[in-house]
Amino acid sequence: MAQAFAAGLKSMDYEAVIGLEVHAELLTNSKVFCGCSAKFGAQPNENTCPVCLGMPGALPVLNRRAVEFAIRAGLASRSTVAACSRWARKNYFYPDLPKGYQISQYELPICTGGAIDIDTSAGSKTIRLTRIHMEEDTGKNIHDAHGDSSLVDFNRCGVPLLEIVSEPDIRSSEEAGAYLRKLRTLLQYLEICDGNMEEGSFRCDANVSIRPRGTTPLGTKVEIKNMNSFRNVERAIDHEISRQAAVLRDGGSLVQETRLWDPDREATRSMRSKEFAHDYRYFPEPDLLPLVVSNEWIETVRNALPELPDARRQRFVASYGLPEYDAEVLTARKDVADYFEAAVRAHANAKAVSNWVMGEMLRLIKERHLDAALIIRAWPVLPERLAEMVALVDGGSISGKIAKTVFEAMVKTGKAAPDIVAAQGLTQISDAGEIDAAIDAVLAANPDKVAEYRSGKDKLFGFFVGQVMKATQGKANPQKLNEILKKKLQA
Amino acid sequence: MSLDRNTVHHVALLARLELSEQEEAQFTDQLGHILEHFEELAALNTDGIEPTSTVVDLIPRYRDDVVTNPPAPEELRANAPARDDNFFKVPKIIE
Repeated sequence: MAQAFAAGLKSMDYEAVIGLEVHAELLTNSKVFCGCSAKFGAQPNENTCPVCLGMPGALPVLNRRAVEFAIRAGLASRSTVAACSRWARKNYFYPDLPKGYQISQYELPICTGGAIDIDTSAGSKTIRLTRIHMEEDTGKNIHDAHGDSSLVDFNRCGVPLLEIVSEPDIRSSEEAGAYLRKLRTLLQYLEICDGNMEEGSFRCDANVSIRPRGTTPLGTKVEIKNMNSFRNVERAIDHEISRQAAVLRDGGSLVQETRLWDPDREATRSMRSKEFAHDYRYFPEPDLLPLVVSNEWIETVRNALPELPDARRQRFVASYGLPEYDAEVLTARKDVADYFEAAVRAHANAKAVSNWVMGEMLRLIKERHLDAALIIRAWPVLPERLAEMVALVDGGSISGKIAKTVFEAMVKTGKAAPDIVAAQGLTQISDAGEIDAAIDAVLAANPDKVAEYRSGKDKLFGFFVGQVMKATQGKANPQKLNEILKKKLQA
Repeated sequence: MSLDRNTVHHVALLARLELSEQEEAQFTDQLGHILEHFEELAALNTDGIEPTSTVVDLIPRYRDDVVTNPPAPEELRANAPARDDNFFKVPKIIE
């Protein structure tokens, strides 16, 4: 019997059950419980005070904006914002926390429930949220610098954090990636978190277990930490799923533990230090009153919410007639969507503007790393200027090909498209007489090719077009050129 | 409710307290008595009573989101047992 079961396990097909915990640093000016700057990149321990260093007698005072940001996140993810929630002490000793406890929320978080909708290759799916709670961030430890000691920087200690916990509804690394991207887009739209995984302002831990496909009991859960990019999260999850399946197929058993992702080795390894750290002995924080949020406050925040990514994507399809794909790409960032709409307001050819934004503009943004900022302000070309250029194309003044040259010149010089076109003589030649003359010259110079074409070598048509374009520096109106050339060759 | 000695040992470990055998026995006894007192409280009927986590009036107090602290002065770091420039230095952390 036992052998049959073990054999069954070996041939079994496994399904992964994944829940994600995201820590999002809130973009407040000051820390959550004291007036220290919350800015990234200061000198070590420069942004500290008696409160965030845990000096005896220092007392926390709550930052109103941090609460407002948490309410925003809750409303945008269809969470229920609690009228009254409670601060809790999470007790543990680790050199990232000077007080010996972290002020967090435990039994009564500020938001409960909620959901994030994701799209994957298999279709759309809803990932439920368990909760969103507020807490203070911890300090930073530098481990490997100086032989037998570690260094501690408390600048980050006390920066407000949201911990966003999903239900174990995720089944694959692809779904995990889609969920994280969606969540980050949402927080960026709300302007409450810059979503920078490399700098650690958007962090993710994954709880991964596997079970034989078709069964319901949950397997032993392993928590993975230290994944600092979307790609690393996906790879770590894939690796962990196959590691667990291999252990079970070999007849072994899994232990509940925390494992660290090592991106260089592309593997997870067991983390020894937190073996019994999960016994946090939470209790209500005596230094802070319960967190009371009035209905009026919630409604004020709700009324000020921006249009959210899903709604905006649907509107882009419905009111601009854009393909789903365009709408998705354009609304992935609020600033890009705003840019697009500003350009379309100036010149109402949505699809043409979309092509330019998705193509040249996004390429430049990536190249110049402009997307590292929460909101791009240093646009290479202003939306109105881009619209002006698209209008020149639509009006027949310049060809689509010349438009690329004009765009590059706009980026380089900051000048407007009509000025560049005028200064460089790039206006499209639509005058039939002028095109006529250029074609005649090309045909006269290539009598043998003309003969070949007329004896059936149709492919040469492209050659003639190329020659005429060359002669006119690319300025001939392509439609007119085709028309006239065809006539002349048939004659 | 009697408290077993292993629990006391575990809690001491979590609190980073080093207890002698004798102290462990003593605290097992004392903490057991405290828990017995809570059991007496637990016998009270609290149906329909909201859990109380504070007895202070719930008037929310907030700070505005303004940086009011200047960069930390040297004095704030002066008490640290070990430093490396502006970093605090601690025994090597093993992950």
